[in-house]
Amino acid sequence: MSNQLIVENLVKYYPIKDGIIPHTIAEIKAVDGVSFSIEEGTTLGLVGESGCGKSTIGRQIVALEKPTSGSIFFEGEDLTQMTASRLQEKRTNLQMVFQDPYSSLNPRKKVFHILADPMIHHHICTKEEAPSRVDELLDMVGLNRSAKDRFPHEFSGGQRQRIGIARALALNPRLIVLDEPVSALDVSIQAQILNLLKNLKAKLGLTYLFIGHGLGAVRYISDRIAVMYMGKIVELADADTLFTHPLHPYTKALRDAAPVPDPTLRDRKSSALTGEVGSAMDIPSGCRFKNRCVHACAGCSAVNMELIEAEPGHFVACPYALRFAETPKSAKGGAEHV
Amino acid sequence: MKHLLDVQNLSVAFRGDDRRERTVVDRVSFHVNPGEILCIVGESGCGKSVTALAIMDLLSRNGRITEGSVRFDGRELIGMTAGEMDQIRGSKMTMVFQDALTSLNPVFTVGRQLTESLRVHQGLDKKEAAKRAVTLLEKVGLPDPATMMKKFPHQLSGGQRQRVMIAIALSCDPKLLIADEPTTALDVTIQSQIMSLTRDLIHELNMSMILITHDLGLVAEMADRVIVMYAGQIVETADVYSLFHTPAHPYTKALMGAVPSIYDSSDRQLASIRGTVPENYTELSGCRFADRCDHACEDCRSGAKSEGTFSVSAEHTVRCILYAPESDKEVTSCV
Repeated sequence: MSNQLIVENLVKYYPIKDGIIPHTIAEIKAVDGVSFSIEEGTTLGLVGESGCGKSTIGRQIVALEKPTSGSIFFEGEDLTQMTASRLQEKRTNLQMVFQDPYSSLNPRKKVFHILADPMIHHHICTKEEAPSRVDELLDMVGLNRSAKDRFPHEFSGGQRQRIGIARALALNPRLIVLDEPVSALDVSIQAQILNLLKNLKAKLGLTYLFIGHGLGAVRYISDRIAVMYMGKIVELADADTLFTHPLHPYTKALRDAAPVPDPTLRDRKSSALTGEVGSAMDIPSGCRFKNRCVHACAGCSAVNMELIEAEPGHFVACPYALRFAETPKSAKGGAEHV
Repeated sequence: MKHLLDVQNLSVAFRGDDRRERTVVDRVSFHVNPGEILCIVGESGCGKSVTALAIMDLLSRNGRITEGSVRFDGRELIGMTAGEMDQIRGSKMTMVFQDALTSLNPVFTVGRQLTESLRVHQGLDKKEAAKRAVTLLEKVGLPDPATMMKKFPHQLSGGQRQRVMIAIALSCDPKLLIADEPTTALDVTIQSQIMSLTRDLIHELNMSMILITHDLGLVAEMADRVIVMYAGQIVETADVYSLFHTPAHPYTKALMGAVPSIYDSSDRQLASIRGTVPENYTELSGCRFADRCDHACEDCRSGAKSEGTFSVSAEHTVRCILYAPESDKEVTSCV
C-alpha cells in the first residue's frame, strides 16, 4: 500500500512580539522537525500532553495553518507549495473533526445547511441533489433524518459530534484529521463514536490521523501510534507494541500514569513522572525530556532526538532506549492483568 | 463504626425557566466512614455534583433540598442557619472543584487566598497564618513555597493551581474533603501526581474523602467504596473490589465494557450503551435505565419491584429487578 500522507521535517514557530514597534522577542516552538507518514486506509494515532504540538500538526495538515518550514505531501503533492486555487480543490479530500462539538458548529444554521452548503460550494452535488445526499449522510452517522430541520443547540454532545463527522464526510474526503473527537464526551457516548469512526473507516476506506490524550481510545482506533513531547516525536510504533513494549522512558511514564480500571493493580510499581512539561519558549538542549527522565545521564545533553529504528517498524528518539527497555515477556504479564 | 457523614433520602429539585420544579437527585442515601475514600461515579447529568453541592449547602438559588437529612459528625446540617453552616463549610468539610482557575480569585495572590481561611476559621494572625500557609504549600509539593505565596493564579500551571486548591481545602484540618472531578482538566501525568498526593494526604491526616468522577480508572486507583449514580438515583453501592470484579447492575457492567484498554489488542467492537441519559428522567416510572438496558422487560418499567434496591452481598446493594429475591423465574423470562 502507498503512503497517502507524508510529512517531512515539519516546523511551526509562533513569534512572540513586544515593544512599541512590535518586534519578535522570542519564539514558541510548537512543532520542531516532525516527520511521519500514513499509509492509505490506516489510522495513525498522535498522543502527548497538552501543549506538545499535536493539534498544531493536525491544523497544518488540513491547511488551517501554514508551516514555518517543511513539507506535507498528500497523494504525492506538496500542500505547502500549492497555489491557492489548487489547495481549494485538494481541501475537499482533507477534512477535520474538532474536539468541541459545541463551538465547531454554526449555531445559526440548521443541520441541513451545515451539511449541504459545503457540498454545493465545492460542486459535490447540485442544489436539487442535496436533500437526498444529506439524508444519506445522516443515515451514515446514525442520526434520525428529521435532524436536518433542527439547530445544533437542540442536540446532545454525542449527537453534535455525529453532525461534525457527517460534515467532514460530506465532501467525500480521503483523509480525516480527528482532533480529540471524544475527549468532551461521556464514556458510553465515547464508545458509540469510536465504533462509528471505526466502521466508517472500514466502509469508506478512509485514512485517519487521530489526535488524542486518552491512551485507551487512541489504542482502540489506531494502527500505529506516535508519541509527542515538546514538539518532537519521541516514539513511533505499531499500536499493539507501543504500550506493551514501550522503548522511550516518556512513553513508559505516560502509560503508567493512565489509571487502570482494576483495583488489584493500584499499588503496581509505576514510573511516575515528576515535574511538569517545560515551556516551549525555552527548550533545553539535547534531549527535551531529560529533566524529567528517570534514566537521564550526562550524554543526554548531546542527543539530537532523531528517530532511530530500534526494532523493525519501531522508532524511538532515545539512543539509550534499548538499554532500559522492558523485555516483551514482562509486558505480556501486564497484558494478562487486563 | 460511627459514620462521619450520613445522607438519608436526600432529594434536590431545581426550578426551571417555566417555574416547574424538577427533581434532579431522587432520595439518595449513603454514608462515609471515617478515614475512607468514597467515589461517586456516573455520566454527566446524573446528579453527582448536585449531591455534593447539596451536602455543602452550595446549591444555586433555583435549587433546593426537598427532603432528606444530612448528618455530619453527629450534627444535622439541613435546617442549620447560614452562620452555623459557615463554621463547618471550609473548615470541617471542604470542597475542591474541577476548574481551579475559576475557583481561585484572579485578583488576589495565592498567599492571600490561602491565609484567608486560616484567619477566619482558626483565628490566626497574619504572621502565623503566613507561616502555616508556607508549610501547606510545601505539603502539596509546590516548589519554592515562599515565592509561590506572592504569585497570582494566572501565573501558575493547571496542576499547580489544583495543588493550591488542595492546600486551601486542607488548611483547617478538615474531616471531610469533597473533590468534584479535580483532575478532569489535567493531563494524565499531572493527574497521577495530584491523585497520589491526595491519597497520601488523606491517609496521613486521617481524613475522609468523597471523590466525584466519571473515570472508572481513577475509581479503581482511589476508592475504598463506590457509589454508581444514574439519572439522579444510586443504582449500585459496593466496595471497590466487588464492584470491579463482580459488577451487578447492567449499567455498571455496560460502563466498564465501554472503556477502551491500552492492553487490548483484539479487534473487538467496544461495548457502547445505546441512546443517552433520558431528559426529564423523574417522570419515568420504574427503572430509569430500562430503555438502554439489554435485559429490560415489562416488569422493569411497571413491576412492583422495579424501584426496589436489593443486596447482592453484605456491603453490595443494587437497584435492579434482576437481583430481587424469589423472582428467579421472572428473571429468566426477562433475559
